[in-house]
Amino acid sequence: MSFLKIENVTKHFGSLVAVDGVSMSVEKGECRAVIGPNGAGKTTFFNLITGMLDLTKGRVLLEDHDLAGIKPSARVRMGMARTFQITEIFPDLTVRENIQIPVEIAAGLHLAPRVPKARRAELRARIDQLMEEGGLTRIAGRYAGELSHGDQRACEIMMALALNPRLLLLDEPTAGMGDDETHAIARLIRRIHREQNLTIVLIEHDMRVVFNLADKITVLAEGRPLAEGTPSEITANAKVQAAYLGGSA
Amino acid sequence: MSGFDLRKQAPNAAVWLILLSMPLWIDAVGGYTQLGTQVVVMGLAAMSLNFLLGYTGVLSFGHAAYFGLGAYGVGMTIRYLVPSTGLGLLVGTGVGALAAAIIGPMIVRLRGVYFAMVTIAFAQVFYFIAFRWNSVTGGDDGLTNWTREPINFGFATLHIEKDPVTFYYFVLAIFAVAVALMALLLQSPFGRTLIAIRENERRTRFLGINVNFHIWMSWVISCTFMALSGSLYALLNNFVDPRTLYWTQSGVFVIMCVLGGMRSFWGPLVGAAIYVVLQDYLSSATPNWMSFIGLVFVVAVLFFPRGVLGIFRRKSTE
Repeated sequence: MSFLKIENVTKHFGSLVAVDGVSMSVEKGECRAVIGPNGAGKTTFFNLITGMLDLTKGRVLLEDHDLAGIKPSARVRMGMARTFQITEIFPDLTVRENIQIPVEIAAGLHLAPRVPKARRAELRARIDQLMEEGGLTRIAGRYAGELSHGDQRACEIMMALALNPRLLLLDEPTAGMGDDETHAIARLIRRIHREQNLTIVLIEHDMRVVFNLADKITVLAEGRPLAEGTPSEITANAKVQAAYLGGSA
Repeated sequence: MSGFDLRKQAPNAAVWLILLSMPLWIDAVGGYTQLGTQVVVMGLAAMSLNFLLGYTGVLSFGHAAYFGLGAYGVGMTIRYLVPSTGLGLLVGTGVGALAAAIIGPMIVRLRGVYFAMVTIAFAQVFYFIAFRWNSVTGGDDGLTNWTREPINFGFATLHIEKDPVTFYYFVLAIFAVAVALMALLLQSPFGRTLIAIRENERRTRFLGINVNFHIWMSWVISCTFMALSGSLYALLNNFVDPRTLYWTQSGVFVIMCVLGGMRSFWGPLVGAAIYVVLQDYLSSATPNWMSFIGLVFVVAVLFFPRGVLGIFRRKSTE
């Protein structure tokens, strides 16, 4: 049984076929990268997995459970957390509050009129731990909207992790970052992956990051699956070289 | 995180000091006790709206409906059913809450201008019912021939019907309970989820929150307190007329929130105080008082885009 199984997933926008018959199986504890040139349908593919868009055809299964008809928020509660290509955080709240909200949600308190006394210390420790892991402790009191791009992204990843997900989907975690920031985020993702044995699917443009992190790579081009394999297999693949480098296949 | 923080408590202390001492000095500054009561009642209404507007980020332009339902609820209970102020308050608040709970599911999918428009539409339905149904509501002339009744606690009777100062403190006590409840809710994990929706709805949804349900909850809570304030407003005037339901009244509540500061807990109370006092003062000086209030509003929005209390925005710390 694959942890995440995607079968022949297809999405039409009118006459445009954004994603065309993509299948993919991700094992538990695997870090899978989805790469492809601009317009390959990577983000659409992500939105189909998380339920932001409805499928035209195909199936998405999480531990053999068909997710058809399950709303995005319910999929999150099933253990599927995600970050976005354009960072989605709470800009007018402090970093600490940004982390506190998902920690309380994960504790099942989102409708609670108060935090039970017995759980206060536990939740506070959890918030501190997440901020420490994400390197956010030094900026805990700053408004999230004032942070650098890299810190905002780290904040968003820690918010997703605060939910104790079983599957983490990262949409271009290093997009628009300089070398130092890219490096820091890649290190953070690798640490999460190794220490928590978390299953991760990520879309990424930066090939150094991809080859550094991914156990396996799926290549999309024009919405169709082009190749799948380990990083070394993908590097050697002539079709992938053609798609990326414009060489003859 | 814990303990008594003087800097945080100072504004609360100042507000309660001013409210508690109001009957002592309001005559000296050219006001009168009923004006103070009106500020408290309208302040509660604006703060109720702000629960939804400022803390959930959802603009309702039809909150007068629930204000008016509360007002008619208490008036009609006392006039037609039982001459009991307490029961009237319960009925008024309950009717508003019930209407909000039923209308809520039909509108919580909508966002922005669409939500605002549909809330106006529902409010206008109630307005026209009150306006047309002469035999029951008194129509355009309003619901008369009833007054607030003294409240009998068994061991003592509170004579709110005669002494304006007694009535002021009666209203203030209810205001205190309502405001404390709202503050508790806003500082709870539930309240933080509402603020999260205001800040970033998509992020909140992808934290696993059923956003529409939370907006419905916030809407019902907001409208319930709105109905309570409407009930108090009717008791203050011993009178209700359809204008309490009219869409311009909804606009006045929004103006109070914007004027005082939507991101501040006490902001709408300050906005209500400015509005009510200006209205009282200007309307006795000129029939065109509305245009002066409009001018004040424009100036305030230009110079205090976050409202009068918005200048006290909390600083981020290193």
